[in-house]
Amino acid sequence: MSEQNQILEDLSSSDYKYGFVTNIEQEFAPKGLSEDIIRFISSKKEEPEWMLEWRLKAYKEWQKMEEPQWANVHFPKIDFQDIIYYAAPKQKKELNSLDEVDPELLKTFEKLGISIEEQKRLSGVAMDIVVDSVSVKTTFQKTLKEKGIIFCSMSDAIKNHSELVKKYIGTVVPIKDNYFAALNSAVFSDGSFCYIPKGVKCPMELSTYFRINAAGSGQFERTLLIVDEGGYASYLEGCTAPQRDENQLHAAVVEIIAMDDAEIKYSTVQNWYPGDKDGKGGVYNFVTKRGMCKGKNSKISWTQVETGSAITWKYPSCILAGDNSIGEFYSVAVTNHFQQADTGTKMIHIGKNSKSRIVSKGISIGKSQNTYRGLVKVHKKAENARNFSQCDSLLMGNRCGAHTFPYIEVDNRSAKVEHEATTSKISEDILFYCQQRGIDSEQAVAMIVNGFCKEVMDNLPMEFAVEARKLLNISLEGSVG
Amino acid sequence: MLKIKNLKAGIAGKEILKGFNLEVNAGEVHAIMGPNGTGKSTLGNVLSGKEGYEISDGSALLNGVELLELAPEERAQLGLFLAFQYPVEIPGVSNANFLKASINEIRKSKGQNPISAPEFLKLLREKMELVEMQKDFISRSVNVGFSGGEKKRNEILQMAMLNPQLSILDETDSGLDIDALRIVANGVNKLRTPDNAFIIITHYQRLLDYIVPDFVHVMYDGRIVKSGDKSLALELEEKGYDWIKEEVEAL
Ligand SMILES: Nc1ncnc2c1ncn2[C@@H]1O[C@H](COP(=O)(O)OP(=O)(O)OP(=O)(O)O)[C@@H](O)[C@H]1O
Ligand SMILES: [Mg+2]
Repeated sequence: MSEQNQILEDLSSSDYKYGFVTNIEQEFAPKGLSEDIIRFISSKKEEPEWMLEWRLKAYKEWQKMEEPQWANVHFPKIDFQDIIYYAAPKQKKELNSLDEVDPELLKTFEKLGISIEEQKRLSGVAMDIVVDSVSVKTTFQKTLKEKGIIFCSMSDAIKNHSELVKKYIGTVVPIKDNYFAALNSAVFSDGSFCYIPKGVKCPMELSTYFRINAAGSGQFERTLLIVDEGGYASYLEGCTAPQRDENQLHAAVVEIIAMDDAEIKYSTVQNWYPGDKDGKGGVYNFVTKRGMCKGKNSKISWTQVETGSAITWKYPSCILAGDNSIGEFYSVAVTNHFQQADTGTKMIHIGKNSKSRIVSKGISIGKSQNTYRGLVKVHKKAENARNFSQCDSLLMGNRCGAHTFPYIEVDNRSAKVEHEATTSKISEDILFYCQQRGIDSEQAVAMIVNGFCKEVMDNLPMEFAVEARKLLNISLEGSVG
Repeated sequence: MLKIKNLKAGIAGKEILKGFNLEVNAGEVHAIMGPNGTGKSTLGNVLSGKEGYEISDGSALLNGVELLELAPEERAQLGLFLAFQYPVEIPGVSNANFLKASINEIRKSKGQNPISAPEFLKLLREKMELVEMQKDFISRSVNVGFSGGEKKRNEILQMAMLNPQLSILDETDSGLDIDALRIVANGVNKLRTPDNAFIIITHYQRLLDYIVPDFVHVMYDGRIVKSGDKSLALELEEKGYDWIKEEVEAL
């Protein structure tokens, strides 16, 4: 089959209920990246001129950059001309009932305790009665509107709130920040935009919406959250259900900004396809996430549970610009089989009395490699900056690896920076001890891992934590025996 | 209750248990003594199903059920308890969580519901008193940072919580100070009933002053070579093992 036909074949089995125009061929950009492709993307999305200019500038920068080699991950070279940079939002093939869904997937749903309705939605089963989600969505949007909160897709924001987007996009993660951020800036597909006005505390987790709209934001996701003075938002990203995606490369950018006295809590569960147990397939996840504590007394807290992807390269960071600002990073990263994760954070202290706290828990199983990489930087002006870092690694078996690279740069003598690290191992002897007390080894591993991660899990919003815990247990399956 | 017949087992190509026989009835306490390296801990490990041992012959029935064919957790669920000579540390898992998981798994295997929180706490408090464990113990990780003596007391606490049919205590008295020894022995004595049984592996007669055994066995070279009542322990204390070795070698 020729490539053209293949594309058409793929298209005809997809469903375009997202209101895209009828000319099918134009919904798909040819493979590869060029100025023309970027113009195509921008015009498809009906973007204003400034957005296009911005993308083109990013593209020019990207062309001058080299792919980073320093992360402790190994993978074959990515051919950036072999990627399709624009496709109308993918719809999974619509199925008639759950009977048509991969039984493995259903089993996982069950273990996660996901409701039948949601199972159908996630696996693309046609739902004629969508009472649940529709009503939830409407009441949700009504509440947000009353509070003056803007929460919509990035594409909508670029069209409807152009000034806000223009003002903030690229201010936390500049175009030139890194190779993948530059690529994302040039070709980003969609993502979420949120603006919380002065003094408004968002009364609900900004997740319900996301889960309702979970249908793929594409591989180059772009998210921008701004919380104005005295505001508060808690944002949940991701989904605990298994996310299968043929797109091998994911390069998202998330920028968040907290003004004076504002607080943002950003929680992620990342469960992209990790590849099979022999290391075949799986998503490469190269993400740039950064928060700017712009105002005084502002606070940004990242919590992440990473169990998916073949390769993860991710360092949610905080720029603590405001005086008395606080940055937090709580992370659990599990790697199994042949997964590789290089993740951590950067805490950049600029404001006086700024504080940061890093709690990283890495779990390596099988033949996987798990790396923590963290930077704590205290600028000259940051009087009385404080950092505490705790990096713990847990190993299972003899073939996996855990690595810790803490970088500390301090230019102010009043700073206090503390770093603690531990490595422990779930040995055969520990498993036997548990078994001798009636606890089988799989449960023993789950118990030990849950204990190990508790401090991080406790930071997740309640509704997320339960699922995340189950997810954790699922990702440990087959780790013993 | 327990019938071990002609048990032969080894590790890394080396035979350690060389035709071990022992019968234990409900209500009995058996002490096993013997020189270092004769296979006492190996016996406990093989009975409770530790991986890595090659079992070449024999059987071990607990209430008529062949233990050697079961997974370690199944043996525990049937009421076999091993107090380890060297208890391991489990970082991140609190004693309370560990005990609760253990109790609930055993209950589950019997088709019972999980223990309720108040019931669990009541039981735990009662048993902690028995072994004179400090309060902060509940939230501390299993054996992490425990002194040698505390680890041994923790084994007895777990035993008291699980109320097993057959308990094997592998040198639980080693490394205990006089007070701790009394506490441990007291714990065991209080748990003795006509329905359960104990195998106590020890090097020292002094523990047997506190826990009076019904039988004392001497193990040598992978077998029981002499059995008697508690006076045998006194005799060993006095004369050492040489006369027994001589007796065995003369055969
Ligand atoms: N993994 C192993 N590989 C090889 N030999 C082993 C292994 N484990 C135990 N042994 C050997 O088996 C023999 C019996 O060991 P065991 O621990 O059962 O002795 P014990 O009677 O409990 O001694 P002690 O009184 O010192 O506790 C010893 O010679 C020991 O070195
Ligand atoms: Mg021993």
